[in-house]
This record gives sequence, C-alpha cells and structure tokens, in this order.
Amino acid sequence: MKLWYLLVVLIVLSITSLFIGVKDISPLDLFSLTEAQQQVLMISRFPRLISIILAGFGMSITGLIMQQLSRNKFVSPTTGGTDDSARLGILVALMVFPSASTIEKMLLAFAFALAGTFLFMKILDRIKFKDTIFIPLVGLMFGNVISSVTTFFAYKNDLIQNISSWLQGSFSLVMSGRYELLYVSIPLLVLAYLYANKFTIAGLGQEFSANLGMNHKLVVNIGLVIVALVSVVVILTVGTLPFLGLIIPNIVTLYMGDNLKKNLAHTAVVGAIFVLVCDIIGRLIIFPYEIPIGLTIGVIGSVIFLYLLMRRKAYEG
Amino acid sequence: MKVKLSFLALLAVALIVLFLFIHLGPNWDYALPRRLKKVLAIAITGGAIAYATLIFQTITNNRILTPSVIGLDSLYMLIQTFVIYVFGSMSLPSTNKQLNFFITVGLMIAFVGVLYKLLFKREGRNLYFLLLIGLVLGTLFGSMSTFMQVLIDPNEFLIVQGRMFASFNNVNTDLLVISIIIIALVAAYSTRLGKYLDVMSLGKEHAVNLGIPYDYIVKRMLVIVAILIAVSTALVGPITFLGLLVVNVAYQFMRTYRHSILIPGAILISIIALVGGQLIVERVFAFETTVSVIINFIGGAYFLYLLLREKKA
Amino acid sequence: MIEVRNVSKAYGGKPVIEEVSVGIKKGKITSFIGPNGAGKSTLLSMISRLLTKDSGQVLIEGKELSDWKSKDLAKKISILKQSNHINLRLTVRELVSFGRFPYSQGKLTKEDWEQVDEAIAYMDLVDLQGKYLDELSGGQNQRAFIAMVIAQNTEYILLDEPLNNLDMKHSVQIMKVLRRLVEELGKTVILVIHDINFASCYSDYIVALKNGKIVKEGSTETIIDSAILKEIYDMDIPIEIINGNRIGIYFS
Repeated sequence: MKLWYLLVVLIVLSITSLFIGVKDISPLDLFSLTEAQQQVLMISRFPRLISIILAGFGMSITGLIMQQLSRNKFVSPTTGGTDDSARLGILVALMVFPSASTIEKMLLAFAFALAGTFLFMKILDRIKFKDTIFIPLVGLMFGNVISSVTTFFAYKNDLIQNISSWLQGSFSLVMSGRYELLYVSIPLLVLAYLYANKFTIAGLGQEFSANLGMNHKLVVNIGLVIVALVSVVVILTVGTLPFLGLIIPNIVTLYMGDNLKKNLAHTAVVGAIFVLVCDIIGRLIIFPYEIPIGLTIGVIGSVIFLYLLMRRKAYEG
Repeated sequence: MKVKLSFLALLAVALIVLFLFIHLGPNWDYALPRRLKKVLAIAITGGAIAYATLIFQTITNNRILTPSVIGLDSLYMLIQTFVIYVFGSMSLPSTNKQLNFFITVGLMIAFVGVLYKLLFKREGRNLYFLLLIGLVLGTLFGSMSTFMQVLIDPNEFLIVQGRMFASFNNVNTDLLVISIIIIALVAAYSTRLGKYLDVMSLGKEHAVNLGIPYDYIVKRMLVIVAILIAVSTALVGPITFLGLLVVNVAYQFMRTYRHSILIPGAILISIIALVGGQLIVERVFAFETTVSVIINFIGGAYFLYLLLREKKA
Repeated sequence: MIEVRNVSKAYGGKPVIEEVSVGIKKGKITSFIGPNGAGKSTLLSMISRLLTKDSGQVLIEGKELSDWKSKDLAKKISILKQSNHINLRLTVRELVSFGRFPYSQGKLTKEDWEQVDEAIAYMDLVDLQGKYLDELSGGQNQRAFIAMVIAQNTEYILLDEPLNNLDMKHSVQIMKVLRRLVEELGKTVILVIHDINFASCYSDYIVALKNGKIVKEGSTETIIDSAILKEIYDMDIPIEIINGNRIGIYFS
C-alpha cells in the first residue's frame, strides 16, 4: 500500500469527522456558515480533529520506538508500564499540588512516566527469561503493580472516581484552549524520525551499538524521553488510548516489513486513521451520545492484539 | 523444617488469639462470634489464595506470576460494576448476597472454562500465551468497568468502590459456610495430584520424561486454581498480590522445593499476613483503609523487588 | 526395539520431518547426525513423546507410543534435552533422586536410594553430591543430569546433544560413560551429535538426516565415508584411519 493512498483515506476521514456531531453541519453549508456553526467548527470540531490526528501519530510512534528499543513486538506504553506510571504522576499532582497548572501537572506526570518506563527497561535488562510472550506479561503485571499504588493513594483521598475519569480516553472534552498541549508532541515526533535508525541499532544491544561507534545510553534515553513525554501529553489531553501503540506498528509491519525509517510515516498515518475510525464509530453508535474513545479503542484494540498473538503462534507452532 | 513450620503455626495461633480477645470489652457475647467469623473468613480465603498461587507458580514454572493474571479480578470488578450500573445498587443481584455470589462464581468459572477450551484445543500451546490472553482480556474488562464507573452516580459509585477492595468485615455467614465447603472439597480433590507437584516444578520436559501425564495435570490444576480464586474473590473481594507475596516469602523462609512443606508454610504465612494486617488496620489505622489495599501495596512493591533482583544471565 | 514408521511433523505448514522410518537396534549406541535444521532433535523429541507427531507411528517394544501409559513409559525410555535450566535450588543428590519418581511416585524406598547412590557413583559425582546445581560448572551440571537419567534406569536412553558446551576432556568422559552403559548394563543409547568424529569413535550405528529426511543409515564404518559425508554435508571430508578409528578431516 502506498503512503499516498493512506493519506487520501486520512483526508477523507478527516473531512467526514468534521461534519459529525450533535450540531448539524453539512459540507454544503461550508460557504454559508452561520455564526454558531463557525464557532462549533473552530472551538470543537477542528481541535478535536487535530488532537485525534496528533494522538494517533504520537501513540503509534511511541509504540514503535519502544518495540525497537526492547526488540519485542509486544511492548508498548500500555504493556510497558508507561501509561500506568503517568497516571500515578497525575494522581500525585492532584493530591500534593491541587492547584498546580496543567503544565506543572504535565511535568510531574512526565517525571513519573519516564521513571516507570526506565524501570521497565531496567527490568527487561535483568530478566533472564526473554520469551516474547513473557515480556509483555511482565510489563502488564508491572503496570498492575503501579496502578495498585495509584489505587492505594486514591482510596485514601477519595479520588478513585476522579482518577477513573482520567483513565478513560475521550475526545468529547477536547476544545480550543484545552488541547494545545498536544502540540508539544510535534517536535518530538520529528526528533523520533531523525533518530529512527539509531533506535534500531540501540535495540540490538550495548555491545552492538558500541561496535558501530554509537552512544547507546544516549540514544536509549532520548527514545525513552520521547516515549514518556508523548504518552503523558496524550494522557493529559485525551486520556489513555490502550493498545494503540501496540497494534498499529504490528499491522504496519505485516505489510511493510521491518525497516523502521520506511515504516515510520506509515505507522503514524495508519495510527491516525485508526483513531479517527474508532472515534467516528464511537460517535455514531449511540448518536447523539458518544462512547468514549478509550472504550472503543480498548475493545477493538484488544481484539486485534489477540488476533496478532494467535497469528504469531500459528506461524511458530 | 518442622521447627520452622511449628514456629509459623504458633505465630498464626498467637495472632488469632490476640485478634479475638484484644479490647473485647463487656459485650463479648456479641463481639466474639463476629470476630470468630472474621478470622474464619481470613483463614479460608488466605489459605485458598496461598495454595492456588503456589500451584499456579509450579505449573507455570515461574515465581513472579499470580493467578489473577488470567483476568479474574478484572472480571469480578466488571460483574460488580455492571450489576450496579444496569440494575442499580438496590436491585436484587446487588443486595442479595447469595445470588450475587453464585452469579459471580458461575461467571468466573465459565470464563476460565471458555478460555481453557479455546486454548487447549490445539495442543502444545505455550502456557504464557494463555496468561497473556487472560491478561489482555482483563485489561479489556478493566476499560469496560472504567467506562461504567465514570457514568455511575457518585453515591452508587461508593458501593462499587467498596467492592473493589477485599474486606472481611461483612462476610455473610451462609456464604462463608458454602465457601468453606467448596474450598475443602476442591482441596481434598487436589491432594490426589499433590505428589506430582515437586516433579512438575522441574519443568515440562523433565516432568514428561519422568512419566507424568503433564497436560492432564496442568488442566486439572488450572481448574482447581480458578475455582479457589473465584470462590475467595467472590466471598471477600480481590486481593491481587497477596498470593505472590506469601508464596515468595514461603520460598525464602522455608528454603526448600518440597511442596509438602511449602504448602502448609505458604498457607500459614498468608494467614499471618492477613490477620496481622487486619489487626494493624483495625488498631493502628482505625479502619481508614482496607487490608487488601495495604497487601496489594506491599505485594506490588515486593514484586518489583523480585523483578529487579533477577541477576543478569 | 524402537521402530519409527512414516513419522512426519510440520510447524505452521512447514515440514520439519517428512515420512521418516528407522529402526533402533537394542544394546547399541545410535547417533543421529546431519546439518543444522535437519530435524534431528525434532525426531528425538517425537520418539520420546516430548513432541507429538503429526502422523506415523513410533513403536516401542512393538507397542505404539500413545498406547503406553506415560508412567510405564518412563521406566522404559528416558530423554535428556540439551538445555536443562531448572528454576529450583536443588542439590545434585536431590536432582538425581527425581530419577526414581516413575518407580516410587515421590516416596523413595531404600532400594531407590541405593540406585541414586549408584548413579551418582557412576557419574563420579560422589564428592559433589551435596552441592547445589547453580554452584557447578557446565560439565558438572551435565553429568548431574545424566546421573538422573541413569537413576531412572531405563532400557533406552535418549540424549539431545549431550556434548554441547563441553570441553574436550568432559566430552570424552561423557562418551566413555555412555559406552560403559551399553557394554556393562546393556542399555540402548540414542543421541543427537554434531561432531562426526565423536559419532565415529563411539557409536555403533549412524543415522544421517538432511532436510527432514533420512539420507543414509548404516553401521559407523559405512557412513563415515567421504562420498556419503559429501552427500550429507555438501563438503569434501577425507577420512583417515587413526588408531583404528575413522576420522574425518573437515577443518580445511
């Protein structure tokens, strides 16, 4: 599949997305927009579209980076503890600095997410038994442990329902003034593109990288910083989008092979298309209400993940 | 070994006695039966979870796993949330504890049954594969519960929240009796397979070589584990990391591979942890938090320690 | 007598073993040789029921493998794979005692312990028997596992690359023990082995596999032959006779 076709699909879907919503706006109105319609478009529809696309780009690329660094196809922010650590960070922010600004919350959540992802990589490094299936299992359990810590504090402070709503990815609250944080991810994604080849080499290990004259630690750290920062920005503005970082890179590899530099753009675009489709489905199924994207992606994502797992086993016997 | 086991038994008894009689006060004829019931609930669930986790780790040949990874805890939460979200907290499935218990246990066992059926259809499946599938399903259940929890009215949510954490305070007497019977039956059945456990811990290939009907035993054991976990979770609520914690402490403390010693050891340690935890919760924190939250916290931290302790190969 | 009849195995549609038939003679050492990916270990695993076969039959003493009770089979045939990492902290003696499980189901009798002691002595492990496995070197570990198999006291002993990761001294030591097992105790040994010269010096019979099929089988003298080795390995291997053994010079 050519990138070109994917972009066309993305654009068509984007336009569709703009014209779905409680407030009826049809493409025909475009040249005779009422004041109200203009407002809806500018305040809600465009920000929503942009955040969907950025979140789709961001989460699928971070997944790809994590998979390259760990050399395991089933590692992603969801299965590597990044999401859960970021959530713990948000909780700490809510608890300790209730009046903190969004940026401050973001920084704290970022620190936690980075520490969590780093810890996970450390664990991977130490673990003796490197079965492809076992590693995501450890990652998910690691995530469970971190969320049990979150629960522990949330329970003491009656913040559980509050945290739950953070946990739930949703675009319905995205509007101008509340999503701009997502722009932070753009320079990071550019950086990811520049470093793409280096991540692949870093994934082959310390000695391998040293042999090629590369600073292994630095590259890994840059990768982890990108992963943590993008995840946090997405969680803070949209919420958790489970399994996105896992399935998109895997789907792309299915038809593109494993060349990271070539795959990066495809991964990003497919990620955005996937989130857009899920969002449109979520908005149409119980119209005029909507199902939060976290749930749609959670359901569709875990089904695809299971399929990928089964498929892998069919090949390897 | 005998000395260590007797020490654990003595400690457990001492804690239980302390728990029963501390600050008993003048209304002892009211308080004592209540406390007895609580201790009984702790002993039965603590024992069941420790036993189930030990077996589970032996058949998966891995010391950092716990049976809740097959998604049972999340399923329990999903059922509880669903009942309250759809029928409301005053409805029959929510208020009638017996009904709720049987629905929950039934669904959990059905779930595990389907999972096993699906995965054992083709032989030679990697056991970790089953666990990962369970865990992914668990995440799926989790996101569905979260979705409903966000929509629930905050007052009703408090009831859901109450069920998120294991609690020994309001255990229904009838259910306690039923659970004891089920757990005792299952445990009695499993002793038939007990002699295989030591050999199973050598791993699949050695076990098969030594003439163990490996697949047969694994399936039976997994069913036993599922029933024990389902019953204890439905009785008191989820305590995800308890098993992980006590079984590893048992290994560290008993320093043996023999299940005939590890099993009683782990059960006693589990009872000590829970009764001790409950004492601390009641006397030190004065009920501000629940034991399961503390145990999960400690158990989780211990899990991380275990992971990081593994030396490079 | 072990008889393999038309056995096949495929992974994900890719055949690994195709329609293999072979008979294993009693009281001899039979070596499976062949290039990487020939299916040697897969065949050995199927004969020992560690892997199920897709089709065909494996007859042990005239009875199909799947008709045997696993418990009885464990007294007839034992297998040792090449990677033997165990998660438990066991002493050598404890490990060897597991070999008696098929007979005692975990409750070892005095006679069982005698067998354990004999196996330990046989593998020259008396001084090490109280040590934990993780304190031993690779060669000592391998000996401990072989001692377990000896304690299992089966007629047939199957070993998958028993010399893997061993130095010359330990390799020779292990091969000599296997020879003794055959000559003194009348066992039948089947092994997968890479080094054709070890196969040549110690085995009675050689089965050569390539691409999932048997290309040649026969007595050691007939197989260790330049023309035949050329067919198996696609390389020219001159054969010299040194001290009565046929040695392939494959280093250049």
